[in-house]
Amino acid sequence: MSEKRIIVVGGGLGGLWATLRIAEAGIPVDLFSLFEVKRSHSACAQGGINACMDTKGDRDTTWQHIVDTIKGGGYLGNQPPIKTMCEEAPGLVRTFERMGVTFSRTAEGIMDLRHFGGVKNMRTCFAGASTGQQLLYGVDEQVRRYEDMGVVKKYEWWEFLSVVKNDEGSCRGITAMDLRTMKVYSFKADAVVLATGGLGLIYGRSTNSTNSTGAAASRVYQQGAEFMNGEFIQFHPTGMPGDDKNRLMTEAARGEGGRIWVPKDPKNSRDPMQIPEEDRFYFLEEWYPAFGNTVPRDVASRAIWKVVKHMGLGLRGEDRVYLDLTHLDRHFIETRLGAILDIYQTFSGQDPREVPMEIFPATHYSMGGLWVDFEKDETTNAMVHHSPRNHQTSIPGLFACGECDGAYHGANRLGANSLLSASFSGRVVGESASIYVKGMQKKSKDIKDSAFEFERQRQEGINDGLMKCDGTENAYTLHKELGELMTKKVSVERNNDELDHALEELKNLEERSHHLDLGDSQTWSNTTLQYARQVQDMIVLAQVIAKGARLRDECRGAHYKAGFDIAIPEGKFPGDPEWDEYVVKWKANNEKWLKSTIAKHTEDGPEISYREVDTSVFPVEKPRDYR
Amino acid sequence: MTNTIRFKIKRQDSPDSSPYWQEFEIPYKAGHNVVSALMVIRETPVTRDGKKVKPVVWECNCMEEVCGACTMLINGEVKQSCSALIDDLDQPIVLEPMSKFPVVRDLMVDRNRMFENLKKSKAWVDIDGSWDIHEGAPRISQEEWDRTYIFSRCITCGSCLEVCPQFDKDNDFMGAQIIAQVYLKNTHPTGKFKSADRLHALMGKGGIAECGNAQNCVEVCPKEIPLTTAIGDVGRQVTFQVLKDWFGK
Repeated sequence: MSEKRIIVVGGGLGGLWATLRIAEAGIPVDLFSLFEVKRSHSACAQGGINACMDTKGDRDTTWQHIVDTIKGGGYLGNQPPIKTMCEEAPGLVRTFERMGVTFSRTAEGIMDLRHFGGVKNMRTCFAGASTGQQLLYGVDEQVRRYEDMGVVKKYEWWEFLSVVKNDEGSCRGITAMDLRTMKVYSFKADAVVLATGGLGLIYGRSTNSTNSTGAAASRVYQQGAEFMNGEFIQFHPTGMPGDDKNRLMTEAARGEGGRIWVPKDPKNSRDPMQIPEEDRFYFLEEWYPAFGNTVPRDVASRAIWKVVKHMGLGLRGEDRVYLDLTHLDRHFIETRLGAILDIYQTFSGQDPREVPMEIFPATHYSMGGLWVDFEKDETTNAMVHHSPRNHQTSIPGLFACGECDGAYHGANRLGANSLLSASFSGRVVGESASIYVKGMQKKSKDIKDSAFEFERQRQEGINDGLMKCDGTENAYTLHKELGELMTKKVSVERNNDELDHALEELKNLEERSHHLDLGDSQTWSNTTLQYARQVQDMIVLAQVIAKGARLRDECRGAHYKAGFDIAIPEGKFPGDPEWDEYVVKWKANNEKWLKSTIAKHTEDGPEISYREVDTSVFPVEKPRDYR
Repeated sequence: MTNTIRFKIKRQDSPDSSPYWQEFEIPYKAGHNVVSALMVIRETPVTRDGKKVKPVVWECNCMEEVCGACTMLINGEVKQSCSALIDDLDQPIVLEPMSKFPVVRDLMVDRNRMFENLKKSKAWVDIDGSWDIHEGAPRISQEEWDRTYIFSRCITCGSCLEVCPQFDKDNDFMGAQIIAQVYLKNTHPTGKFKSADRLHALMGKGGIAECGNAQNCVEVCPKEIPLTTAIGDVGRQVTFQVLKDWFGK
């Protein structure tokens, strides 16, 4: 085994893939996670994973997958990594299959495919409606095999606090807190991979798990890592509103034939099953006849927003519309959507096979994340395999993969591309981090201890400060206020007055978060101390989201400001002069705004700059048009 | 209908300290589940008799019954607290940590044993490496998929072990969770190549012979996994394996 070591933080799909590839390269891995890795949020992904298998007679192509991903993301994603991801997707899915993942089958016994949003062909591989759970378990089992061989050492119930850098500014280890004793320790490593997932908890209620706070990403951002495209937050159109969480109803519900509608007359309070077809408004089908209910998520979310907030057609005047599966064959939806039907029934008490579900857009996914590098092959415009630059953050030696990086989805993510990007980027980072450490002269174990001890003491000092703090603020209440603020002012539709207000409020919250009263002085398993630190870091990262949104005066993907919308002329298509005028305006806007937002931390808040997008694969010629 | 929700919660500060009970009362709100109610309690942790106490500690993550984290005893029954709706429960709602695992603090327990047993039983498919071999897995019929998919939905919650009379803190019994995973891997077209290794893990101390056939496990599994089917089938596999081992093949 190698004398080098790599630390992976986070044990969801991305972190486990990274761990697996590093272990396969013969390099020992220390894997840190807040809880048993098998309980990670990847398990919540339901619908599937995209890969061009072309087994449905659609003549689907990898090229079309690349184009759909680029256009779906409003052209904001760097194209070489997207290209390579889509090219490698079928091989990745075949590897999952070999791991024993229970993908759903056709009558011939091969992998079945389903429809998903923003795509005309069937391209989504799935395992019932629990695809994320099955993929996570597949890699979890492989990592356990290496754990059994002694190559992987798990640190479960540990919280990552910071990276430790050497004199040259390279990352050479981390500090982490044992969540039982609450003591801080430092760990040396030759490279560190961050795979810490999403940040939905910044919005309070979201579709995310309660541990998806974004705190780890915020911590390295505060240590100098650049954060990219923070303002691009996906609001999933079909969330089931709840007090504790907005539970996700998979996009596969639309892909498998689910229809979204509201009664034409908002005063129509009849049982939905009694409302005749002619009194129903299937607004997605009417507005977007080509894609109908399977338009991309940002388009669907804004349409629901418009119907409810601007046209006043929400059910009973509330923030709800129907997602209807009742017209579909019961056995068909049972085998293909069983897992979510159960979730809906459990939490609402209603059977979605009998009555339409009630849904509304919910905070779901962060397209933005830590900026990561890639090396491009100039002849093919693909990512160079095994380059140590791939997925390295702006802190040398610190890598990132999965939802905490901002690499693949541009301004909006297509459904079933997240399990793909998490898996693919985890595998890439495993390879690039392995190559990176192999080329290193100085082993981490030979580095002097002082830098580690200094950082450990700094972190312990933060804990001591919080434990002794006799302020008046409650961490749980502050988090609730943060969530309400973000949901109200940095949401599906944004405007600059509200964003200015949000930024001011966030400054207030930040100030207040330094005057906490934990109400728990116990040093054993103190979850309030853990939570308090996360809330402080969430507030810092929220400012990146709000500031990026404030400065971006345009509409792109999930980021929408009504005042800056360049709308497609109604009823006009390529060939019409009005369409050509529209394209001219669209291109002029791209000149100005087709740039990645880069946030750097300063004491006064995020400092924003912009960086060119690599569009060498598919030229920015055709506007998104899902009509 | 009452306009409050009452809780009686068993608390314990650390693994070695003694447990004690506290009662809480929060305003009623439609749609509350046990976790969302615990979130209200932790924000203002004041007991029914007005005493300010430490926030209650428990474990949760996905909030949609797919991660297994928030499992606890609710009115004496083992359940995921995220999907335990208040409207379905008698009050005061009694919350206790699972009894078959060591308590960490309050309602949080240490279920590491379940993961260690996954290691012991080699519950994985051996592959040469995680690269593409340009060939899919063997074909699987829809009927076969129907039979096995349900076993892959196990969320490692430990409910089956909590109610198992043979599983306790001081023995090595692996229980239905592991037997079901061995069944799943031994059924897989390439996973079955290593069936013998898994069956051997289930032969000795803590193995399948210790199952007392009480069949409580299958009653409480939140994913309705047919655990007793797996126990029956794997039991037969182990018997055949014993014979194979005797006859040297």
